[in-house]
Parts: sequence; structure tokens; C-alpha cells
Amino acid sequence: MIEVNNLHKGFGDVKVLKGITATFHPGKTSLIIGQSGSGKTVFLKSLIGLHTPEDGTISFDGRINTKFTDDEKQQWRQEIGMVFQGSALFDSQTVEENIMFPLKMFTKQTNDEMLDRVNFVINRVNLQNSNNKLPAELSGGMQKRVAIARAIVMNPKYLFCDEPNSGLDPQTAIVIDNLIQEITDEYNITTVINTHDMNSVMEIGEKIVFLKNGKKAWEGNSEGIFKTDNESVVDFVYSSNLFKRVREAYLNEKK
Amino acid sequence: MNYLEHVGKYFLMLGRVFKKPQKTKVFYAALLKEIEDLGLKSLGIIMFISFFIGGVIALQTALNLDNPFIPDSLVGFAAKRSIILEFAPTFCSIILAGKVGSYITSSIGTMRVTEQIDALEVMGINSLNHLVLPKILATIFFYPFLISLGMFLGIFGGWVAGVLSGLFSGVEYIEGVQLEFNPFLLFYAILKTLVFAFLIATVPSYHGYYVKGGSIAVGKASTQSVVWTTILIVITNYFLTQMLLT
Repeated sequence: MIEVNNLHKGFGDVKVLKGITATFHPGKTSLIIGQSGSGKTVFLKSLIGLHTPEDGTISFDGRINTKFTDDEKQQWRQEIGMVFQGSALFDSQTVEENIMFPLKMFTKQTNDEMLDRVNFVINRVNLQNSNNKLPAELSGGMQKRVAIARAIVMNPKYLFCDEPNSGLDPQTAIVIDNLIQEITDEYNITTVINTHDMNSVMEIGEKIVFLKNGKKAWEGNSEGIFKTDNESVVDFVYSSNLFKRVREAYLNEKK
Repeated sequence: MNYLEHVGKYFLMLGRVFKKPQKTKVFYAALLKEIEDLGLKSLGIIMFISFFIGGVIALQTALNLDNPFIPDSLVGFAAKRSIILEFAPTFCSIILAGKVGSYITSSIGTMRVTEQIDALEVMGINSLNHLVLPKILATIFFYPFLISLGMFLGIFGGWVAGVLSGLFSGVEYIEGVQLEFNPFLLFYAILKTLVFAFLIATVPSYHGYYVKGGSIAVGKASTQSVVWTTILIVITNYFLTQMLLT
């Protein structure tokens, strides 16, 4: 479980996060949504330790990350899997090498053991026959699968995804969403996803945190997002006519 | 950011670079790759330039020493001194600063803007140690060989130029090359090369690692890194020469 308490973060005079409090549970897919500039990415980067909070705490199963010793931090890092917006695959390495990299760095497994594990996660993300391809030879969706495979190869307790659907067609986006949700269920991972994609919100939003101007403006789930009359959420989520009609249909059905 | 801040940040970066590698096997693999990328792939240009510039140095010396009282062997002596003391260590390092420096900045800078460095950090890897230390060791290990080869080919190029042009005889040129051999000058040249190799690896790494923005920023950082590496090589060259030869 990840508990965020009164998180503040700024850059110079610009305050980006203004006292965010939230809890993310294992085995659940939690989504962070909000407009561009609302602080989603800074929030996610603070969770994974790329930004140091100015105030507030982030605890991982009771361990506060800013109080880690170097060894504890190293251990904690290995419990984290991260899928970056642009996949962040290492250009010069093949799919197999990309996925094997954390194993090479942090385990004492033999080459055969590492290959077994790599092939297992490659099969898990349905990316067979791509072991020797370079990232540049893969489509955006395939790159995301490799990024997910690399993120889960060390059996992480916490999985973070920064806009995993950006740049993907709707069909591939749903496949990636479902894959993340299945992995979260299967391995009881605490998963936090930054997204703009309303399909993701409806499909996999077991918990949704809506950020506005660096503050938490709403919290709920995909069911709740239909019913809420929070003006900021309604303006953001139902900005398109399609989603407005979906919501109306849903509410009429409930009546 | 002012210059002093950059200097401070550069030394802080070095503090993070010089740590024990997290996994020796991965480190050695990276080191071999860097020796290939930064060293072996520069062999061609250094060989080519050294040979021809050596030829030009010998020809210019011969043309400017057109006096019956000056023996032809002086051409070989002057060419040897110019090549060992300045051309090979300094001129070749400046060429390497352009070729290798821009490669280092753009490769690390691209890793920064595509979040590959963030990915390393999230995995718990000291990205500076992982990316920069193999580059420093590769250049420090390989460039003395590269520059020594440059010295040899420069002097050889001078001999070829003399023989082909007929401006001086090959025998006298070799006599001049063998005249007053001073091993300290070789030590001086290799010491300079080691310092320049360190600058060629670290200054472009600094510019690439801390780049902010996108592809244009990476391009600008590459240009800046070449300019600053060249400036630092020239300044360091001056001080090393003053310290060691005067």
C-alpha cells in the first residue's frame, strides 16, 4: 500500500503540488487524472523518488521513502516497476537485453535462468518472436509491451505507468490497459497510472484521483465518475459530446 | 546559471561518477563497448589526419628552412618535435573533442530527453556511474595508444612527403628524427593526452546529462560541449606546458 500525506512540491516560485493526500491499495489499478499542468507527472515522479517532496510524506507499506538509508533505498527501487510515457527503452539494446537488464544488474541468476524469466514475461505480455529486435523496429504498442515486461521482470510490488496509452490507437490502448489490470490482479501489485485517456478511466479505474492545479479535487472510482456532480470533474471528463451522451445514457439507465 | 555554478555542478557530477560499479560484469561489457565506440572508431580519422598533417609540417618546415647553412636533418628534428609536443596530443585531442564529444553529448542527451536516464534511476542504478565512468576509463586507457599512433604516422607522413617531393632526403629526415631523443617529452605528451582524454569524456557527458528540453536542446548541448571541451583543452595545454617545460 502507498500512502501519500500532504505532499508539496514546487520548482522555484512555482508550486506544483499543494498538499495532496491519497492512498493506493495492492491489487488495485489506481488512476491519476487531470488536465495538462495539473501536476500529475510531478506527482508520479515524486512517488517514484525522481523528485524530492518539499513537505509531506510518501510511505510504501509503512516505510517512508525520504527516510530510507542508501541500502533501503536500493532495495525499494527494486520493488518498483515503471512504464514511462515514451517507453524509455534503451535504444542500443534488443528487446531481450532491455528486459534482462534489471536482472543482470540486481540478481545473481545464471544466463539461462535470466533467459527463462525474460521469456516468461515476454510471453506474459504477448510479445513472442521479438527477442532480438531493437526498439526502433517495434510499433508503439509493442514498445509499451516491452516497457511493461521490463517493469515486471523483477516481480515489483509497485507499478507506475505514465500515460501508458499516449500515442496508441484506441484498440491497442485497451489491450495495454487490460494487460496492466491483469498483471495488477495476478501479482497483487499496487499500480498507479497517470492518464488522460477517458477509456482507461471507464475501463480500469478501480480508484481515480482527480488533480486540479496541484490539489486533489476529487476521488472515487469509474462508477462514481458517472454520478459525481463535481464541476471540475464533469468539465474535464465530459468535455466531449460522446462522453456526455455516455453519461446521460448511464444515468438514465440507473433511474 | 553562472559559470561557477556549472563548475560546482561538474565536480558534484564527478563525485557521483567515481563510485564502485554496481555490477562488475555489466561494467566491463560497457567499458569494452566504449573502447570500441570512442577509441577504435576514431582510429581512421586520427590515422588519416596525422599522416597528412605530418606531411604538411615536414614540407612547410623544409620550405621555410631554405638555407645552405641549415642541414636537412633539421627538418626531421623540427617535424618530430612539433608532432610529438603539440600536433599529436593537442591537435588530435581537439579533433577527438569534436568527433567523440558531440557523440557523447548527443547520446547521453538523447537518453535524458527520452527518459532512459530516469528509467535507470528508477531501477536503482547510479546513472552517472553507469554511463560516464566507462567513457572516462575508455578514453584514458585508449587515447595514449591513439595519440602514439598519431605521432608515428605524423612523422612517417613527413618522411613520405620529403621522399615524394624531393625537398629533403629520407635518410637525413630519419637522422633528424633520431637526433636528441628526450624521453621526458614523450612523457609530457602522454600526460597531456591523459588530461585531455579525461576532459573529452567528462565535459561532453556533463552537457548531455544535464540537458533540458528536446532534440534542439540536445543539438545545442552538443555544440556547446565541443566548444567548451576545446577551450578547456587549449587552456589546460597552456598551463601544462608552462608547468612541465619551463
